[in-house]
Amino acid sequence: MTEVAVPVTTRKDWASDQDVRWCPGCGDYSILAAVQFLLPELGVRRESTVFVSGIGCAARFPYYMNTYGMHSIHGRAPAIATGLAISRPDLDVWVISGDGDALSIGGNHLIHALRRNVNLTILLFNNQIYGLTKGQYSPTSEVGKVTKSTPFGSLDTPFNPVSLALGAEASFVARTHDMDRKHMQEMFRRAHDHRGAALVEVYQNCNVFNDGAFEAVTGRASREEMVIPLEHGQPIRFGADGHRGLIMNDRGQLEIAEVADVGEDAILVHDETREDPGLAFALSRIATGPHQPTPMGVFRAVERPDYGSLVDSQLLEAQARKGAGDLQSLLRSGTSWTVG
Amino acid sequence: MTSTTESEHHADRRVQLVDRVVIRFAGDSGDGIQVTGDQFTTESAIFGNDLSTLPNFPAEIRAPAGTLAGVSAFQVHISDHDILTPGDAPNVLVAMNPAALRANVGDLPVGGTAVVNSDAFDERALEKAGYGSNPLTDGSLKGFRVYEVPMTSLTLEACKPSGAKARDAERSKNFFALGLVAWLYQRPTAVTENWIAKRYGKNPVVVEANTLAFRAGYHFGETAELFESVYEVPAAQHEPGTYTNITGNTAVAWGLLAAAELGKVPLFLGSYPITPASDILHELSKHKNFGVRTLQAEDEIAGVGAALGAAFGGALGVTTTSGPGVDLKAETIGLAVSLELPLLIVDIQRGGPSTGLPTKTEQADLLHAMFGRHGEAPVPIVAAKTPSHCFDAAIEAVRIALKYRTPVFLLSDGYLANGSEPWKVPSVSDLPDISTTFAPAADGEQPFLPYARDPETLARPWALPGTPGLEHRIGGLEKADRTGEVSYDPVNHEKMVHLRAARIAGIAKDIPAVEVDDPSGEARVLLLGWGSTYGAIAAATRRVRADGRRVAHVHLVHLNPFPANLGEVVRRYDRVIVPEGNLGQLTRLVRADFLVDARALTKVQGTPFTVTEIEQAVSDALAELDEPAGQAEEESR
Repeated sequence: MTEVAVPVTTRKDWASDQDVRWCPGCGDYSILAAVQFLLPELGVRRESTVFVSGIGCAARFPYYMNTYGMHSIHGRAPAIATGLAISRPDLDVWVISGDGDALSIGGNHLIHALRRNVNLTILLFNNQIYGLTKGQYSPTSEVGKVTKSTPFGSLDTPFNPVSLALGAEASFVARTHDMDRKHMQEMFRRAHDHRGAALVEVYQNCNVFNDGAFEAVTGRASREEMVIPLEHGQPIRFGADGHRGLIMNDRGQLEIAEVADVGEDAILVHDETREDPGLAFALSRIATGPHQPTPMGVFRAVERPDYGSLVDSQLLEAQARKGAGDLQSLLRSGTSWTVG
Repeated sequence: MTSTTESEHHADRRVQLVDRVVIRFAGDSGDGIQVTGDQFTTESAIFGNDLSTLPNFPAEIRAPAGTLAGVSAFQVHISDHDILTPGDAPNVLVAMNPAALRANVGDLPVGGTAVVNSDAFDERALEKAGYGSNPLTDGSLKGFRVYEVPMTSLTLEACKPSGAKARDAERSKNFFALGLVAWLYQRPTAVTENWIAKRYGKNPVVVEANTLAFRAGYHFGETAELFESVYEVPAAQHEPGTYTNITGNTAVAWGLLAAAELGKVPLFLGSYPITPASDILHELSKHKNFGVRTLQAEDEIAGVGAALGAAFGGALGVTTTSGPGVDLKAETIGLAVSLELPLLIVDIQRGGPSTGLPTKTEQADLLHAMFGRHGEAPVPIVAAKTPSHCFDAAIEAVRIALKYRTPVFLLSDGYLANGSEPWKVPSVSDLPDISTTFAPAADGEQPFLPYARDPETLARPWALPGTPGLEHRIGGLEKADRTGEVSYDPVNHEKMVHLRAARIAGIAKDIPAVEVDDPSGEARVLLLGWGSTYGAIAAATRRVRADGRRVAHVHLVHLNPFPANLGEVVRRYDRVIVPEGNLGQLTRLVRADFLVDARALTKVQGTPFTVTEIEQAVSDALAELDEPAGQAEEESR
């Protein structure tokens, strides 16, 4: 087939004709806009783009995209997308999920998609609450969360999605938030361009059931002092004029220091390509929740063969070794005998 | 009944010609009993006998040696004529230790033959098996023909030239037993010797030891003068062709490879290991040169999920499992019902509920396949009836899935999965074309209607990602007719529920009418079966007719929808008996659908029906209907 140039598109080409039905003011709108603005820039085709989701507010996302899409069942999007991505390596497969969908009911599928390095772009909308079922605590809710199902406060220690992904051998992990479309687009672009499983945690405000959960970090007033931007090859500094930075202390732990106190040379330089995920994991633990200075950006981006390519090379290898499969010979391949 | 004729053997031994024999090998699960049974089967297949096998092994990989829990057995029925079952009871039991004897001797009819490894009958082994005294000496085996053979010591002696250590040499004793039985039934030996050379080729000492043990067993029979006769089971008359011996699981795997080729779609298997279905995953994983993609998923749900995802992309998505896995897949199967995409769920049924009897057979998932989802979620069901029929059943199930864009259940069970029979290898050119079409690219001017339907089949278009102009979104929320958009409209929902039901019900027009096996057309009793009961029902039918009585047999391959003529057929008979390996699941469906007084003949012992059990049920029914033996005209077998 001859290559036909990818048609030039605008945001409108990527929006479906369906009315968007999220609550007014929901952070999901800005994430949708970020994706719709980004896609025309990626040089991809609408017909080759597929959004697969599970269940939850975020999971309605595919209905609003003028691409192929599947709104599946709770937690199973990574599994379904795995089958699609493996069998159709020509497609661009996105997974849209939330904290309940990806980390609670679908936790198993998420970690296995990551460790296999299936070629998926996974956007995890983390709002630290169950929205669609009207406000129960989620696996990322802070301890003591008072909700309808936990009137005396939740008892569960929350997951840190970035830490979890790194522990699950993810080759690409990033974090962004719904208040910064430019940053979102950059993270989504990086995730999309990564070959293999890419997970982006998006801090997303649920203005109905968990309003302001990330305000302390992502709010315009606090952002400068509370967001730690991660930029590859750059010292990890934040705050007005970069007056604070990350250092590794004597005990081998990361900590926040005043640059003036420790000197510029002591500030850790971010390297997202480190083979050893240890430092990326340490970075993910700097904040215990969205009330402390929190890293945003790419934690880890390493090259590792994606699962679909490995599957296909095994097929080619088998064909090279045994020849293309011949059904008639297969049916006679057991011990056989002839009568008459 | 087994008939015998006698003649003189060249070594002054009588040769008894028998028309069939049932042999059961039994020993510890580490004794290589399944290998021994398989090899005897292969020898017999190549010799030309008809045959049927029944492996029976514990769920534990290696239960404590010498205990009843660890006994593994393999029963093979060989004959000079067409047979249908692995036999109700063994004529010959080969027991490698006291536990194997104790676990199996109860099935041996009076006058039956027991060949035992007498070396294994020491005090400790007897105690482990729960024997208070030695059955070889206490007279409890009176009534059987018992041959005591010191198999362990003879094997050790025979293996000495191989240089194998005693512990390793002892492991060759199953080949001694195989050699002995091969002699007793005059099997060709080259088959097994070649197989040993190939199978253990990497380890010359093992090849040597196994070959020596096998020959020693054979020669022992010839020289020991323990046995007064040898037996010959002449070759059966098979129609001309190339044959191979095939198990149900291999037949499913090959059927799937064939179906993908015939359907012109790539095969994708998403599966999670589970007994007794794993061998399908193993077999398909061997054949990557066919382009089959196999994924050993993280769990049962991911297995079917990945298969459904692949189906969205245009593959033949398949998941293979057993009952507990079907439980977990239910939600995804419901999604596939809503998405109206092709998907195949292969359920190799085993004893339930819960973990149940993992290695034993049962037919108790029929209603699970039929109704095991929330909402109105009809799914077609195809059931295989013999090990080799699994091949055709797989192709038929895929045909329905592709043509009607629907998940389909293929039901097999542990008995079919591990059992084997000779199979006339089909010519690929004779297999049906089951290919389907994909929705063609569009210019995008007109909105694409993913839920517009083919007026004939009511199937929706299969529109693959990557096709320009057909971009669309599907999902588990109710969809508007034609457009596929999310719709909560009550009238639309009712319409969609009816459309989905009508699409599946309409398949009845596209499947063969049931064939009634009722030669006289005057039988009053109908045996209605499905799945693996085929062999036992057909054999019982022959027996009843050989006895001059009448009975009809109908065997269902399509369980949902039923063939269009089934209602008319079952209403013709005064008594409908449904033998099934559950508490009456097909019986319920037939009663509900056709308002007939169908009666279940149930068995849930983890083993298949015996011919006798079914024959007895027919006799009882005939007696109730006042039609005693001999009244009907004699019919030939």
